[in-house]
Amino acid sequence: MTLVQFLLIGAALFSMGLYGVITRKNAVLILASVELMLAAVNINMIAFDTYLQDPLHSGQIFSLFIIALAAAEVGIGIAIVLMIYRNRQSADVDELNLMKG
Amino acid sequence: MPILTETVAFGDWFREAANWAFLIIAAPTLFGAWRTVTSNNIVRAVLYLVVALAGTAAMFLMLGAAFVGWTVVLVYIGAVVILFLIGIMITRAPVGADTVLSHNREVKLPAALLSVVLFVVMAWAMIDAFGASMIEAFEPTLTSDLANVLFDRFVIPFEVVSFVLLAALIGSIAIARKDDEGDRR
Repeated sequence: MTLVQFLLIGAALFSMGLYGVITRKNAVLILASVELMLAAVNINMIAFDTYLQDPLHSGQIFSLFIIALAAAEVGIGIAIVLMIYRNRQSADVDELNLMKG
Repeated sequence: MPILTETVAFGDWFREAANWAFLIIAAPTLFGAWRTVTSNNIVRAVLYLVVALAGTAAMFLMLGAAFVGWTVVLVYIGAVVILFLIGIMITRAPVGADTVLSHNREVKLPAALLSVVLFVVMAWAMIDAFGASMIEAFEPTLTSDLANVLFDRFVIPFEVVSFVLLAALIGSIAIARKDDEGDRR
């Protein structure tokens, strides 16, 4: 196995996640695209951890931290989307133009 | 800059059985990710996210990181995707096939261009820097080794992450709770 094949998969997932974040209108789907980007970062972490044969396994430890923080982020994000939906009857981010000058 | 001279020959690459397993895992991962960001059905988009994340979990298993792989299965596929589906159901998102979930072409074209440019730049940098790097034979990481490091060297960050999770839990309850005085709906 080469290292670069895993890095390329990570780069492809990250680019697709970026595409999703820019083009999606629904707030829940934007959060899903952010999850794709975080998964891409995790692939890089694990690939480098195995490649470097790190005795401390820092890559795996930090990908565990990323997973935990992503779970926290989704929890907060869904709560915010829910509150916006209660006040505006919509989860479409384009309609949140209250602060537009 | 001749970058291909330093990379591994393609014929040798295809002779290794693990690389075929990698291709079998990578294809559905990329397809799932692509459909996640393009599907017009919101529930299907989230379910394709399951495919993409299961592919990343399989890749972690390939790389000998069994504990992280199964954590991805439990936390992402088990909890986060269910949270997404609950969010979709609660906000009564349009589930039909003809609904608009993405921006129109004016946004999609620059976004696609930006993504492709980003991918090309990252791929060039990666091939340039690590094109000849092979992953040597490795032992799968023992979960006990991971636990020893996590609760020895990384115990402070671990506690901080636990605290962040607790704060996020309380915060999301406080945000999503209905106001006491009068229902604003």
